[in-house]
Parts: sequence; structure tokens; C-alpha cells
Amino acid sequence: MKVLVPVKRVIDYNVKVRVKPDQSGVDLANVKMSMNPFDEIATEEAVRLKEKGVVTEIVVVSIGPQQAQETIRTALAMGADRGILITVDSIVEPLAVAKLLKAVIAEEQPQLVLMGKQAIDDDNNATGQMLAALLGWPQATFASKIEVAGESLHVTREVDGGLQTLSADLPAVVTVDLRLNEPRYASLPNIMKAKKKPIDIKSAADYGVDVAPRLKSIKVSEPPKRAGGIKVETVADLVAKLKTEAGVL
Amino acid sequence: MAVLVIADHDNSTVRDTTNKTITAALAVSPEVDVLVLGEGAASAADAAAKIAGVRKVLLAQSPELGRLLAEAVADVVVPLMEGYDALLTPATAAGKNVSPRIAALLDVMQISDVIEVVDANTFVRPIYAGNALETVQSSDTKKVITVRPTTFKAAPEGGSATVETIAAKPAAAHQAKFVSDEVVKSDRPELSAAKIVVSGGRALGSAEEFHKVMDPLADKLGAAVGASRAAVDAGYAPNDYQVGQTGKVVAPALYIAIGISGAIQHLAGMKDSKTIVAINKDPDAPIFQVADYGLVADYKTAVPELMAELEKV
Repeated sequence: MKVLVPVKRVIDYNVKVRVKPDQSGVDLANVKMSMNPFDEIATEEAVRLKEKGVVTEIVVVSIGPQQAQETIRTALAMGADRGILITVDSIVEPLAVAKLLKAVIAEEQPQLVLMGKQAIDDDNNATGQMLAALLGWPQATFASKIEVAGESLHVTREVDGGLQTLSADLPAVVTVDLRLNEPRYASLPNIMKAKKKPIDIKSAADYGVDVAPRLKSIKVSEPPKRAGGIKVETVADLVAKLKTEAGVL
Repeated sequence: MAVLVIADHDNSTVRDTTNKTITAALAVSPEVDVLVLGEGAASAADAAAKIAGVRKVLLAQSPELGRLLAEAVADVVVPLMEGYDALLTPATAAGKNVSPRIAALLDVMQISDVIEVVDANTFVRPIYAGNALETVQSSDTKKVITVRPTTFKAAPEGGSATVETIAAKPAAAHQAKFVSDEVVKSDRPELSAAKIVVSGGRALGSAEEFHKVMDPLADKLGAAVGASRAAVDAGYAPNDYQVGQTGKVVAPALYIAIGISGAIQHLAGMKDSKTIVAINKDPDAPIFQVADYGLVADYKTAVPELMAELEKV
């Protein structure tokens, strides 16, 4: 079975984000970039399925600037087989990403798409669901457990108030949540090996997809700051303040 | 231009998140209809009809809709959207699952997690874990929106809308099927609706300790229990306890963070709480920068003391 794993290059999750003074966006100059953490989990799951003999080939796709090649290399070092980079210079929204991925899927014919539930930059949580819709495939979002049995999947999902298990016939789109696995660190030999793995470089125009954004960014502003409070010395102080000052007890 | 709200409900009544999403919808248009999807959900439809400002309630029922399967929900909603200019869904796990599927089928870019309606085309939403707020203007003719309920007031009761039953579509062949549910039954309030939330972090050290410390405190306060991503990652707490960028967003009257350092992604989920209390033995923990009341102490001594003090209240 062939698996497609879309990966996104985003600001590293440890970096403190700063809004530009002119409110045109956030400052990404000289900031550490990494693979979206949820996409790492998706890559890890694909590699584990390959190690179990369920998956035969893992194709990684990234849509973004030239530097997104580094993100693809990270996935290749984790164990993916080859990469496709679709270069775009401007912001691409989840709807356009889903359309590009659909075009890639028409060529690659994977049985399964494994992807992160959300990118930690735009926080949309939309691409996987949109892709499943455009393909007319079943979707299983927010997966915490994935089992492949022949031509079907069992996916346990994180839902409001607990877990839900779905079954779906392949092909299908699965988006992954935090608890699915803990991604590995690539070893040095694997990082070296990854440098020799192939990456195809394409452009959005190669797929005939219109990537013009539907949402116009009017401004990006700082959220209102929460004024810091006080330190209390004892638990008795704390409870007294909650009762009289805050009035919440 | 009429707008449609997908209700969040438990079959017998609608959840507070629905009332809040209706408030957001009323800022888009005065003509708000509510769609109740489920199985055995007639009482929830009646409850939705009593919310002030609701013009009409639509009720569609089938086993697949009862499980809120995205494919079945989209099959009902997409044709309905011919009569509406916008769709608003609460940004719960269920809402986040179904809404983008509908958006793509309508060829619309979803506006996710809206915290403010500026006008019918312009919305404010948090990005980068809430470290920035983006104002976006949509050029799509129809809008598909998920609403972060915590930032809107709940629409009150006081309506008397009619309930109209509409047909569910027969299940399509190639779609996901329901297998089982594992829902944690609890007498505590729901995390996203609770007035008081007590959250535990990695400092608690084990799942056993987490429950031993947090559960009695929650019960004493009538609170819901939350957890940081670190505590969830470490397996101390289930994922549906998670408060933060990738979990639930809460804004209770009182939020008590115990043994939580206050990573950016956790703050994203709780910094709109009215009063924040932090108990942490590290005086430099970032959580103290957002806490109204900080207590530098080991939870092992502070929580039992807190239980004793609450006894006196």
C-alpha cells in the first residue's frame, strides 16, 4: 500500500511569535522553522506502518517555498521514501492545498493519506477534511489509534467527551492527533541517506490549480495583554482573596 | 440573507455552545435558522426553538447523523446551503470535523475559530496559538465559519420558532462507519462549559497522582478537570481534558492551574478566563505572568491546604 503524507514548514513550536509593528503579519525573518508537529506524528505513523509491512511506499508532499525541501528531507530522514515539493511563494489556504493534494493523488494513487490535524501557524484544522470532501473519500479526523486490516481501516478518534472508533474502506484520509505516537529523532546515518532520496520539484501551475486566496488579511494585531496579578503567601490568603476580591467562591 | 447554525446538543437539550454560536450568527444576519442533526433529537430541536432570535429550527435524523459522521452531515447540509448565505458551527471537536468538509464541497475557504464578527464579510480569528489575532475579509459568496464559543455571550431563551423535519440522505457506500464509542461518564460539568476549571500539569508525575489530587478538588469546587498538553502527552490525563491550542479553549469564571508551567500553547486555551490562579513551586514559571493570584508552593502541600480552607468557605 502506498501512503501520502503532506508536511508543512511552520514556525518552530518553541518560538515566541511577534506581530509586525505595521500589522501586516507576524515576523518570520531569521526565525527557526520546523516541520509542523502534527505532520511529524503523521510521518512517524506512516513509517511504523511500513516497518510492520503494511505500507510499501511513503511519499511526502510539501507545498510552500523552496526551503520546504528541508521539511521534506526531515521526513525522508525519518523513513519516508521520496518527496514532492510544490513551490508557491505566497500564502496558500487549506482549500487550495486540498486542491493541489487532490491533483497529486490523481497521479500517485495512494490508498491512504495520513496528515496532521492542524498546522500550528494558521491553526485552521481544515485541510484533511477538505481533501476528503474533494476526493469523495471517507475521513477519520483526530486519530489516536490507527489499525489497517486488508482493505479497511479502524481509526479511534479524539472527540468531545471521549473516543469514537470508525471503520472505513480504503482509500481514505486520516488526520492525526497528539496521542497517536511519539515521533522519532532521525539518526545521523538516516539523515545522510535522506540526502540521496529523490525530491520532485513542481509548481502550482503544473497542476492547473488556482491558489489565489479567498480570505484577505486586513490586519494582524497583538492580542490584548493580560495584566499580571499578585503573588499570595499562603493558601488561606488565596482563598480569602478569591472570596472577597474576585468573588468567585 | 439568512444564515444557518448547526446545533451542538445532547439529544435532550442544546449545549451552551449553540446559544453562543447563535449570538455570533445574529451579528451576521437577523435571519438565523438552527439545524439539529441527530437520532432521537426532537427534544433538542424543541429546546433550540426556544432560543431568542431563532427564526426556524430544522431537524434531520438518522443513525449516521446521531454519530455526527462528517460524510452524512455534509450530505444534509450542502444542498440546504442553497437557501443560506452563511453556515456557523461551534468549534467543538465535532464541529471542526464536519465544517471544513462542507466548506470544500461548496468551494469556500472556511473561516476557522472566529472570535469576533466585524461585519457579514469580516471576522477576527486567533492564529499562532492566539499570539496574534488576524482580521480577515472573505470574498466567497457563501461563508462557512466555525465559532469559538467562549468569546460570545449565550443567546437567552425567549423564542418560539417552529420545528420543521427534513429528510436525511441514505448513507453513501464509500464513507466511514461507526464502530464504537468510549464516552467517559462523569457527574462533573463539561470542560468547555464549566464555571470553574481545575487543571493539572506534568508536575503531578503520574496518572494515579493526577486523579488522586485533581478529582477531589474538582468535586469540592463543582469544577471540571483540565490538563496541560504535557500532562496529556505523558499519559497522566485523557486527551479530552487537554486545554490549549490543540485541545479545548475554556474561559471559566475561575481557572486553577496546578503544577502547570504555562507553555504558550496552554495559555492559548485559558488566558480568557476571568480569574486565574496558579500554584507552582517554580517562582519563574510563565504561568505566573497571566495569573491573577499566584502561589509559589508545592502542590503536595498546597492542595490539601486548599481543600481544608475550602471546607471553611
